[in-house]
Amino acid sequence: MHISSAVREPLVTGGKSYGDVTYDIVRHVENKPTKLWFIVMGFSLVLLSLGGFSLYKTWTIGIGAWGLNKTVGWAWDITNFVWWVGIGHAGTLISAVLLLFRQKWRTAVNRAAEAMTIFAVFCAGSFILMHMGRTWLAHWALPLPNTYGSLWVNFNSPLVWDVFAISTYLSVSLVFWYIGMVPDLATIRDRATKPLTKAIYGAFSLGWTGGAKHWQRYEAVSLILAAISTPLVLSVHTIVSMDFATSVIPGWHTTIFPPYFVAGAIFSGFAMVLTLLLVTRKVYKLEHYITMTHIETMNKIVMLTGSVVGVAYITEFFMAWYSGVEYEQYCFLNRMFGPYWWAYWSMMACNVFSPQLLWFKSIRRNLVATFTLSIIVNIGMWFERFVIIVSSLHRDYIPSSWRDFSPTIYDVGDYIFTFGLFFTLFFLFAKYLPVVNMAEVKSVLKSSTDKPSHKSH
Amino acid sequence: MEGNNIKYWKGLEELNNEPSFLKNVHDEFPNQPTVDDNSPESDSISGTHRRDFLKLLGFSVAAATLAACEAPVRKAIPYLNKPEDVDPSVANWYASSYVDGGDYCSVLVKTREGRPIKIEGNKYSSVTKGGVSARVQASVLSLYDNERLKGALEKGKAISWSDADTKIKSQLEAIALKGGNIRLVTSTILSPSTKAAIAEFTSKYPTAKQVVYDENSSYGILAANQKAFDKYALPTLDFTKASKVIVSIGADFLGTWISPIEYAKQYAENRKVGKAKKEMSRHYQFESVLSLTGSNADHRTTIKPSQVGAVVASLYSALNGGSASKDFPFLAEAAKDLLAAKGQSLVVSDSNDENVQSVVIAINALLGNYGSTIDINRQSNYRQGNDAAVSAFIADVAAGSVDAVIFYGVNPLYSHPLASKLKGSLNKVSLKISLADRLDETASECDFVCPDNHFLESWSDAEPVSGKYSLVQPTISKLFNTRQGQESLLAWTGAKVEFYNYVQNFWKANVFPKQSTYSTFNEFWNRALHDGVFELALAPSASTPNVDVNAAISAISSSKSSSELEVVFYEKIGVGVGRQANNPWVQEFPDPISKATWDNYVAVPISYAKEKGLKQNDVVKLQFKNSSEVIELPVLIQPGQAKGTVSVALGYGRTKAGKAANNVGKNVFPFVSTQGNALVYNSTVTLTKTGATRQIAQTQVHQTIMGRHNVQEATLADYVKKNGKDHHTGKLVGDMAGRYVPMINVAEGGNAEGKKAPETISIWSEKPNQKMAPNHHWGMVIDLNSCIGCGSCVIGCQAENNVPVVGRQEVINAREMHWIRIDRYYSSAAEEKVGHYQEKEQPEDNPRVVFQPMMCQHCNNAPCETVCPVLATTHSMEGLNQMTYNRCVGTRYCANNCPYKVRRFNWFSYYSNNEFDYNMNNPLGKMVLNPDVTVRARGTMEKCSMCVQRIQEGKLNAKKESRRPQDGEIETACSQSCPTDAIVFGDMLDPESRISKLLNVEKEGRAYHVLEEINVNPSVSYLSKIRNPKV
Repeated sequence: MHISSAVREPLVTGGKSYGDVTYDIVRHVENKPTKLWFIVMGFSLVLLSLGGFSLYKTWTIGIGAWGLNKTVGWAWDITNFVWWVGIGHAGTLISAVLLLFRQKWRTAVNRAAEAMTIFAVFCAGSFILMHMGRTWLAHWALPLPNTYGSLWVNFNSPLVWDVFAISTYLSVSLVFWYIGMVPDLATIRDRATKPLTKAIYGAFSLGWTGGAKHWQRYEAVSLILAAISTPLVLSVHTIVSMDFATSVIPGWHTTIFPPYFVAGAIFSGFAMVLTLLLVTRKVYKLEHYITMTHIETMNKIVMLTGSVVGVAYITEFFMAWYSGVEYEQYCFLNRMFGPYWWAYWSMMACNVFSPQLLWFKSIRRNLVATFTLSIIVNIGMWFERFVIIVSSLHRDYIPSSWRDFSPTIYDVGDYIFTFGLFFTLFFLFAKYLPVVNMAEVKSVLKSSTDKPSHKSH
Repeated sequence: MEGNNIKYWKGLEELNNEPSFLKNVHDEFPNQPTVDDNSPESDSISGTHRRDFLKLLGFSVAAATLAACEAPVRKAIPYLNKPEDVDPSVANWYASSYVDGGDYCSVLVKTREGRPIKIEGNKYSSVTKGGVSARVQASVLSLYDNERLKGALEKGKAISWSDADTKIKSQLEAIALKGGNIRLVTSTILSPSTKAAIAEFTSKYPTAKQVVYDENSSYGILAANQKAFDKYALPTLDFTKASKVIVSIGADFLGTWISPIEYAKQYAENRKVGKAKKEMSRHYQFESVLSLTGSNADHRTTIKPSQVGAVVASLYSALNGGSASKDFPFLAEAAKDLLAAKGQSLVVSDSNDENVQSVVIAINALLGNYGSTIDINRQSNYRQGNDAAVSAFIADVAAGSVDAVIFYGVNPLYSHPLASKLKGSLNKVSLKISLADRLDETASECDFVCPDNHFLESWSDAEPVSGKYSLVQPTISKLFNTRQGQESLLAWTGAKVEFYNYVQNFWKANVFPKQSTYSTFNEFWNRALHDGVFELALAPSASTPNVDVNAAISAISSSKSSSELEVVFYEKIGVGVGRQANNPWVQEFPDPISKATWDNYVAVPISYAKEKGLKQNDVVKLQFKNSSEVIELPVLIQPGQAKGTVSVALGYGRTKAGKAANNVGKNVFPFVSTQGNALVYNSTVTLTKTGATRQIAQTQVHQTIMGRHNVQEATLADYVKKNGKDHHTGKLVGDMAGRYVPMINVAEGGNAEGKKAPETISIWSEKPNQKMAPNHHWGMVIDLNSCIGCGSCVIGCQAENNVPVVGRQEVINAREMHWIRIDRYYSSAAEEKVGHYQEKEQPEDNPRVVFQPMMCQHCNNAPCETVCPVLATTHSMEGLNQMTYNRCVGTRYCANNCPYKVRRFNWFSYYSNNEFDYNMNNPLGKMVLNPDVTVRARGTMEKCSMCVQRIQEGKLNAKKESRRPQDGEIETACSQSCPTDAIVFGDMLDPESRISKLLNVEKEGRAYHVLEEINVNPSVSYLSKIRNPKV
């Protein structure tokens, strides 16, 4: 039972009863899909198939289908990879870190955020596979026993660390998400009328009865998983940043990258959570669960992490000047005024300047402004990765090799593929699984002290 | 069963409790074979365990799956009777000569299993001294050209050789009988036996006359020498003796002028410096186009083609005590230097104006160079063309007075300015025969095409320089039903001879008697064939020209001087005059200066582009003087192009050369003008912008070095005068002149300033560099002072390492595959400034140029090695950074992390791919592939391996003889192909090797590593460039 002060603003408004919570959430699972759902799902499938065709072409033609060249060996592929991994950060942060810090407000948003995390990591993973010249040999990046003698992976390579980091993150997030869903799945099972639905949700609810023992174990597992996940929130993007930080390329070779990348990841992750939840909230009429307070809180985090990122950008510049390394200095000036100045200034505008608007409470609590900003932030974060990767590579040490990069339709198409994948999975999730953690929301209902302000249902 | 007392026996055996039954009583399937009879459980109840079953299941599924993706069966057919001297996987080398018109090089041809796969230089030749050029090395690919004719043709239809001979012979005889004129139009013929064969032909048909036509004519020099020395010949030049001053007025003697391999080798001798030799020649260049030679000059003055005469005349007057014209910077200095270096200098000009050449002869005579650096008594035979005779021939054809014409080794319908006139009147000739190897522009207009062999299929000889004989021997039997041109000519005289016997007999009669070393001809012949050359020692001798200088000068000064935009037609080092245009290696060879491939273009000076608002790649219309024809070409902004001039390369715009060359660029031969009888490779032009653009495929688009230190250079004066600072000790020493020594601030163990050299810093306790390489440590030293940037190494590497050709669009996409590239940087006015990056990107109008060959540096702290997730790139025990193609999964992380950007990714499958229809897409073209080097698959990374296959071969050969490999025994493809010996390869652990000795001397001198400051510790060192400007 959630006990809180009478003066504290309630986490769930609208005087919901336990029954209301169940009804509000589960009805979307139980009812037939709406027309709107079919439209958006159809749109996602179109993206998925267009992107799928592009991916098919990329794999049959070769990586040459992309716009890469002898100097710029990574561009959209790794930009997209890092972008998706970054987006995949908010879920675990919300469910694990905020759980440990007893931030009860997370209960309304953690389910969707975690789902988003998992789907984003799928998308990121698809770029790991896509960017390989010989994808059919991708398993060589795993330390598998083999008949090549004692041939292992190169444990010095940040790409191998990536493989471990991403796969660990994905499996832990998946387990955390699933375990958290068990009581809700059991609720759906119990309410199900059709035998098939009952059987499927029954199988996935792992024989949950709601007994005290079950709840006790559930709480314990959640805490343990939260403890395991918390370092992962920091480690995944730290390791992704090491792809760059451990290299010798000016603009990549930077010790500031791990914290800077983690902050950026949380920044973009929260922005993406906001984008998705604002839509879900509207469509599923979840205004009483995902309240303005939630949105404002998340906006504060976006503002904080955005400012951290901004400080990181400035620090990088300072270090480039202070290091006295001409290559570093040129690299950073080239970012600002070189051929990719537009990418740099887009990044600055989207990531550093625009979140500063969130200092205003009116903007923090404005849905349209929040939604717009959340999208701007994600555009900015895409540009951040693009700037780091392309503008560092395209003019590094030897001027004779300086070349520019421009994308082809397959670069775009393969990016669209991951959007298709992401939204298809998210809409499937929104239809077939409870988008809000009912069990946990019920635990924060302010039922003990407050009278319902008005009655609904 | 227990509850039931009824017991059923399975049989009498159970009832009787027989031992054999009891043994298997608990075994349901007693005779089942077990998978593993040795396993401890094999005696247990069941023979097949679940695990074994799963293993078998897994295996059979895997086997079935594997069988389904089995590679197609390719059959290798063994020799039924092995040829005596062909051992599979062991290369055979044959000495031969590359002869293409007047171009000559003595070569060694590497054959594998009977296929020539590589051409290298022949060190026995004192003419080319083991040097080769890009074009020479690429010629092996021309052998495997699908466009070559597969047999004789009559009016485009196949005809047997005997029928062709009968028809041609009867027609020739008929023409000769009625006194009709027969013309044999040939290129310069270097071969004395071919000349003898031609003489036989002309004596059989008395009305026959040979007309010699050179696309790149040196008629001016020939005509001037005819006047001055009564010799229609080129002199032999000796740049080694021109140890003090070289003045070239337009002659690109390092790149394309007459015999560049020979001259480059000689020139480099006087450009090399070291601790023991701190002197070098000073080189002045006066030219319009930024040529390879001009880019190596110490002083380069831009002039218009119309000013050549004035420069030469002014130089002559300055040498005679007059004053040099102020219009030409450095002319007075050049004159002063020349006067101080009599007999040790050389003045050359590529002008085809006889008067200019007469003055040049007078200048060299004045300087006492005849007999020293220049020798007309030992003549060079590279150019014998007679422009007057060619014009007369074309006039005769037009007049209808020629009855038969044989084109041998020439393609005038493509390459002569009067091609359209000739083409229009060629139908007046009743018998037209071409000996071209393909249906080219001229051959397709002929009645008979009797295709000649490739030189690698032919017997012949050459006498490039008086007394220096050279043999051409076949290295493969004829691929097609072709016949040597000489045999065709002889066949039409009625003689049925093999040219092999003909050459042998010629040598027996004419060359053998000139020597006394060998008593029998057989011995002599075998030695000559083995060496590839036979040379007579002829001492240089002086001669005095008979020149009327004043008449020549007044003839020059009366000639044109215009304010119009002048255009220069020049040759590119790769394509040349377009004879080998259908060779994809040549087409994709980056021009050493512009780095452009697959196109020609109008090179315009920076100032002109600014003035007219022209941008790179803008297409302009070119309207030439005296021509109604207009062509459109893209613009390339060329620093160093003389003001008031533009330039366009010859050799492009072939229409019937084959699919690699057809319609690549535009043909500008029709616009070559004439002055008197001589062809003059310039004209005037007006440019109009069309508004269209066409991107020029360049392998390097950034022009300047941005003030960085990857190229380090100093002046000779500083080098001699101890103006360099040793950063370790802080002392001033000349050897360190121009050196940039990065020093890192350290907390302890630094020098007085608290700094340490990056290479001495390591996080490991053992000394860096000594943790590996117990046996050999292969390395390279590249002398930037001797590297002239010719790019011979690029093609050498391409041939050796099966580097694919990617085509124009992929070069535009910056995905060329060359493992070695020559970085070319122009100087910028803002070079020394701090910051000012935008200014630093702009080259000067007439920049200093520097070339830097760049390939995998084989770093000993290699950034690429640590980042590969699958260990596909690793370090060998011998200091090599090796690529395991099979293991590569293609993440491209290594290429990104390479500070030198030398790694190349297989973006596509380049072999057997219709999108890349070059040599690797057809069975014939694939014959050039080196079987020792893997052809790389799509999605893998590749790069310079330091020719690991050659290292391995050398080590194995040494091992067979129980010794260490000797220095020089193993050469990489680039080091062997360098005509100036700028690349030294060797074992850095062998104290006696050239590289060790060189590094020992230069370690505290000119040797440096590129990007030393990031401490990747490369195995490739560079020696700083020393220039010798007048101070």
